[in-house]
Formats: sequence, structure tokens, C-alpha cells
Amino acid sequence: MFDSYTETTLHYYPDRCINCKRCTQVCPHGVFDAGDSSVVLSHPEACMECGACALNCPVQAIEVQSGVGCAWAMIGAALRGKDMDTECSCGGEDSTCCATPQKPECNCGEK
Amino acid sequence: MEPKQPCTCSCTPTEQSIEGCTYNVKTVPAILKTTSTLTFANSLDHFLARWGWNRCGHRVDPGLYQLGEPTSDSPVFASANYTLSFDALRSALNGTDAWILVLDTKGINVWCAAGKGTFGTDELVRMIHLTDLPAIVSHRKIIVPQLGASGISWPEVMRKSKFLVEYGPVRASDLPQYVKTHTATPEMRRVEFPFKDRIVLTPVEFVHLAIPLFLVTAFLWFLAGPVPALAAISAVIAGTVIFPALLPFIPTHDFSTKGLLLGGFVAVPFAVSFATVPAIPYWANALAAVTALLLIPAVTAYIALNFTGCTTFTSRTGVKKEIFRYVPAMVVMAGLGIMTGIILGVSRLLGVI
Repeated sequence: MFDSYTETTLHYYPDRCINCKRCTQVCPHGVFDAGDSSVVLSHPEACMECGACALNCPVQAIEVQSGVGCAWAMIGAALRGKDMDTECSCGGEDSTCCATPQKPECNCGEK
Repeated sequence: MEPKQPCTCSCTPTEQSIEGCTYNVKTVPAILKTTSTLTFANSLDHFLARWGWNRCGHRVDPGLYQLGEPTSDSPVFASANYTLSFDALRSALNGTDAWILVLDTKGINVWCAAGKGTFGTDELVRMIHLTDLPAIVSHRKIIVPQLGASGISWPEVMRKSKFLVEYGPVRASDLPQYVKTHTATPEMRRVEFPFKDRIVLTPVEFVHLAIPLFLVTAFLWFLAGPVPALAAISAVIAGTVIFPALLPFIPTHDFSTKGLLLGGFVAVPFAVSFATVPAIPYWANALAAVTALLLIPAVTAYIALNFTGCTTFTSRTGVKKEIFRYVPAMVVMAGLGIMTGIILGVSRLLGVI
């Protein structure tokens, strides 16, 4: 009770792990520890769902619905009728630096 | 070996094809120079940034900077174009000859920009090619701050630019040790949230609420006197200053319940004060006390919940759970408190109390 932070969306598939240990380098909360043949998910409750581990895992052994835990942004999104899970993480006013970033001058996404 | 000079505007290609992506390169910026010295102007800029002044104006130009006298073998560090991020990096690298590749994060710090995607793989690859970095350095390694990892995919950067991403430590202050061995200790990899880091956030938290607080305080002062006005100020200061300062020491884990406890603690003296005002009827004493006990904890708890966005450890799943679990209670408390306050205000205007 009074602890809403006991569950996360983090999933680890040790059978896919190639033990490159990148996840242990990028996690700011020591969620993963080095192991003999694969890394060990030692502190899953400490995961803040930043997504760094999944993004940097070369074999997709980690999955997490990443996002920033910011009540201000989430409540603001809900009040504007937008999706709480995908709205801007910091700030939030359209006129601020949290406005939708300018599209990079690259057409990768259009192909 | 001296670094190869980058292409200048006069010989700039208009398009550059990288991994099948066509980048419209309008200008290749010249290499910019920087030092490790922080000036008074830098300190003033940091102070103003901490107070939320000109929130998006604390930027440096994106591009490639030379720190000291780097050669083609010198290390390359990536940073955001937020002055606090850039200045922390360059001052920590005092005595190191290095290249600093500043990404265009729209004036946002590394971690927030990474979460938002502006400090990301595409921007890193774009800047590597835009600054002609492969022609300037002989190696293919770039040191990225660890907290930027939530926006960077090293396999993708490798695939698109041939540069290997090496994640540096969380704190720039650990860089002098890191550059000696290129190995970060577990302590260097862990993010903390000590008192100093929490308290430095309080000015901007308070400034965000300064205008509504001023209006509410003025309204209460003229309608009900100085003590209710002081109660409003106390509720906001409790949420914006005392809560961050005491965060680890307030019982319970959830921010909302911590805020309710702190707000309740702040509300009690005001409730006692209102309950013992001799010049008004007992029912008004009771109603005033209840108003304080309903409104102050609700306000403080809501501000406390919003502090989740400033912390270094709250997950989106947890915050979402907190919102659905506690915000309805806060709304009910605030609604009832406003209703009792209106009853008291109307009674006072009608001369009933």
C-alpha cells in the first residue's frame, strides 16, 4: 500500500542475451548485473522505464514501454484530451522548447 | 597528425546520402572553439536557468567544438546544446584536448532530450556527418553521456555512421577519472538524487506557481485576512520547497501520500488557529478549520505529485498509477474545501460572521 512503483513494463529474455553487458552500462539504477553467460535482472523494481537498456540491446533481449514518469505532463495531456502515454515528457506548452521538435532534414522516415 | 579541416560553406554539398537517407545539408558549420573556463556570464546564465528565466534561451550553437588543441586522435564527446549540459562537460574536461559534438536538442538537457528523442540516434548521426567528423578524427569512437542512452541506439549509430558509441559516466565530474581508463565504476553508472540536486530544482518549481499564488494570496488577504493568505503561501512552499528538501525522509513511498502527510502537517496549525478565533460563531470556527484541513493537503499533495517529473527514478507506470489512485481524492478534497471556503466568504460578505 502507498507504493505505486512495484510494477513496471520491463521484460527480459535471458535466452536471447549475448552478454554484451551494454544494459549494465546504460541503466542508471543498476537493474541489471553482470552474469556468467548472460546478464542478470537483479533489481527490476528499480526500473524507471527510461528505455535505455532496450534501445541499446543489439538482440532485443529486453522490452520495455519507455516513457518519462512526469505527472505534470501526463495530467496536462489528459486534460487536453491527448494520450497520457505519448505526450511530451517535459514542459508541454506548444510554445516552449517542448513543442514538437522540428523534423530533421532527413527523409528516412518517408521511405 | 593534424586534424583535417572540415568542409566550409564555399564547398558545401547541398545533399549528403547516408545509408540511403538523403540529408539536406545547407551549411557545414566551421569548427567552434571553447575552453574549460566558466565565466561570470556563464554562472549568471546558470543562475537564471535555475530560476526558469527565459526557459528556452539557455542554448549554445550546435556543432563541433574544439577544446584545447585536439588532434585527429583526440576523444570526441557528445553533448546537448543546453548551456548547463555543455558547460558541465567542458569544465569537467579541464586539461583535456578533445572534440565536443553538440547536438541540437532545442535547449533541453541531455536526459530530458533523450527521453524526448531530440538527443537521439538520428540527431547524433546527422551531426556526425554535418560536421564532417569522419574526416576530422582518425578513430571511430564517440563518448556519449550515459543519461543520453535512452535516446541513442548504439547499434543504429554504428550502422549509420560507423562510429562506436561509448557510454561515459552519469556525472560530468567523473569524466577526468573516466578518460584515464575509459571504464566507469558501478558508482559512476548510478544516478542519485541527493539534497543538493533536489534543492537546486526548487526555485523553478516555485516560480511556476508564483503568479497564481500571488493572485490567490491577494484574494484571500482582502477577503479573509492575513492568516488565510499565509496558509496559501505555506501550502505552496511546502509543495515546492520543503517537499523536495525532505523527500527521502517523509514516510510512505508514493509522492501523493507524502504530499498529503506534509500538507496535513502544515495545515494543523492553521486549523487550530481558525478553530480558536473568538469573534466568530462555533460553526464558522469548525468550517474554517475543515477548510484548511481539506485544501492545504490537497494543494501540497498535487504539487508533490508533479515533482515526479523532476526526479531521477519515477517510472511512467508508477506515476500513472499514482494519478489514477490519488488525483480523484485530491479533487474531492479541494472541491469540498473550496465549497466550505465559499460558504465562509459569502457569510462574511453578508455579515453573518
